[in-house]
Amino acid sequence: MLALGQDEIAKYPFLADAGQYLKDKGFRLEQFGTDPDLKMLVDRAFERIKVSTEGQVYKSDLTDGQASSDAVLPREVFSFLLAIVLLKMCGMPTLIRRFALAEARRAEGYLERDLVNTTDQSKKELAIRIIDDLFSVRVKKQDDFFVMPISDYLKRAVKFHEREWKLVNRHVDGGMVFLSPHETVRVIRKELGIYISSKINNAKTPDMMPGFEEHVRILADISKKFAAPVMPSGEYPPCIKHAIDTLEKGENLPHSGRFMLATFLFARGQTIEQIAPLFKNAPDYNEKITLYQLGHLSGSSGSGTKYICPSCDKLRTQSLCFATSECNGIITPMQFGRKA
Amino acid sequence: MQQNDIKFLEDIFKRYYFDHFDLIHTPDRIPEREFGFQKFSSGMIRHISLKDDKDLHLLLIKKIPSDVYCSCACYSFPSLSMREKDLKDADLIFDIDAKDLNLDCRKSHTVSVCHDCSGVSAGNCCTACNSTRLESMSLPCRDCIAASKIQVRNLAAILTQDLGVDPKDIHVYFSGNEGFHVHVYNSQFQDVGSRERSELVDYLTLTGSIPETFGMKKNKTKRNMLPDFNDRGWKGRFAREVYGSKSRQSKTISGLLEGGYSSFQHTMTDVAGKIGIRVDPGVTMDIHRIFRLPGSLNSKSGLAKVLCRDLDSFNPYVEASFLSEQTIEVDASCPIMFRLNNRKFGPYQDDTVTVPAYAAAYMICKKLAKIHK
Repeated sequence: MLALGQDEIAKYPFLADAGQYLKDKGFRLEQFGTDPDLKMLVDRAFERIKVSTEGQVYKSDLTDGQASSDAVLPREVFSFLLAIVLLKMCGMPTLIRRFALAEARRAEGYLERDLVNTTDQSKKELAIRIIDDLFSVRVKKQDDFFVMPISDYLKRAVKFHEREWKLVNRHVDGGMVFLSPHETVRVIRKELGIYISSKINNAKTPDMMPGFEEHVRILADISKKFAAPVMPSGEYPPCIKHAIDTLEKGENLPHSGRFMLATFLFARGQTIEQIAPLFKNAPDYNEKITLYQLGHLSGSSGSGTKYICPSCDKLRTQSLCFATSECNGIITPMQFGRKA
Repeated sequence: MQQNDIKFLEDIFKRYYFDHFDLIHTPDRIPEREFGFQKFSSGMIRHISLKDDKDLHLLLIKKIPSDVYCSCACYSFPSLSMREKDLKDADLIFDIDAKDLNLDCRKSHTVSVCHDCSGVSAGNCCTACNSTRLESMSLPCRDCIAASKIQVRNLAAILTQDLGVDPKDIHVYFSGNEGFHVHVYNSQFQDVGSRERSELVDYLTLTGSIPETFGMKKNKTKRNMLPDFNDRGWKGRFAREVYGSKSRQSKTISGLLEGGYSSFQHTMTDVAGKIGIRVDPGVTMDIHRIFRLPGSLNSKSGLAKVLCRDLDSFNPYVEASFLSEQTIEVDASCPIMFRLNNRKFGPYQDDTVTVPAYAAAYMICKKLAKIHK
């Protein structure tokens, strides 16, 4: 565990041991629901969650990462810890995810500021150590950039869908990726979110207690609005249409294209018997092999693994993507034509 | 393939494995690798684990495989099913194939072999039985090999300069047929998964790049934002390809700025087609792949997958041809001339000819000859 000063705990409250912190400060949880002076901390915790459900980042009382008065520091930490209590009482995973992401973005702001801090070297070192210790990303300062090994970068950046994060669009040299401070912390945002989520998920769920019920009820109501139905349309995406056209013309569709087509159609509910005839025109068609391979992909034979349709990224790499404007924003062919 | 053709190939393949086991490059960590093989008359058998190179030798002599494969990955339990193997890490592998280079020469040395009657034709329809179930068969020429070598050299340059791979960890092999296999050992990429490898492929092929990466913006692009001739990485390669020479840099930049953002996108696509490395994405992305074992024979040609110690001087049609000199009579329908072991063969139009076993094997593997009955 990193040794943290009070200012650091306020900036990165998820690094603190919650139970220990309360004990050190001489409080019991029940007091926060009943003591009028402490109740405002529960209100603040509720607000902290609420802004996260609106896609916003909680506005801290810290100025430039420093507490402006003695009261601010504990308030910052308590509101975070009590937010965890409220989330555990509410028990809605969607709220936990949103809160964790918002808190990750909040911490990201501080990490970024600490990384560019030129007056206090220790802050920069702490930020680098947080990144290294928590997420095993080896960041180094090089001239005006922060550099990290390509493999560390890729393990995180493959989850980003914006093209600017593709390795081909980064400054790469000697096995390292060159990043600005902002980009450096952005790379670990998701892990920061996962780290915070896991902290919340691993926390003990306290019993409901007076002073918390109303906030928990409102949070439960808020969480309901996030369950939006999805209606798939019957239209095929252009990559699938192209694959079907290729087969219909009796041309050769590469193995990867056949894999894409079959897994897509399985996911759309078609059966082996419905899919197999599509391959009849292939120059190397063999009914036995086709049925065997389809059985394998569907999970009905072999290891039982049900294979899923590749992502658009993967299809682009395999030259199987024939995107049109209708594909805008989708990351897998399965999302084509879906309306929220 | 007919039974006596199979028997002929099995006999000479067995002889090769008997005489040339020293050429088999047994990989490190053999017990952690998955092996697989194919026979001339059956499908793939995989999920095999071997203890050491003696086990491997025994397998080659006993089973007489047409092709032998070894995983690029290491597992805790290589002989179990895929989901139970427990992947540890995987070497980075690349396949560069002349057939993917769209070379002009290709048409001149490619024929179609009919699935139904085994007839050899030049077009999209069998001249003997009108079937359209045809298989393309190519006898790569010197230009194909030379073009593949350029790709290998460019790949190695990017691997070392951009991706930080130590040159001693890059091993280049002739694939045994139409190109080269590049194995990268002990790199920082050993433990990255399929998606990360797909990103590496996109990097090498220059796929998915955006104009902003090369300094071109939708509005207000300044001259000095565009790549310089001496830049490192893709920016420099882009500049050298597009500007041609340093003296033309300024003029070309003016043209690019005048053309604007969308014209720049077209330029990028053109450049990617010219200088992007033509690796087979599927091979590099597939961490569970069993890849042709170095030193083993390729049943598509009868040539061996061999290490290229000096890529520039490497001649696959001499240095990868190890089969017997003993002569044999074949019925050959091989309309393309080819060279092996510095000897010229063909073209043959339904001719019965007596040729060395290595040349017979080459044509039989290409389905362009049969053992004369």
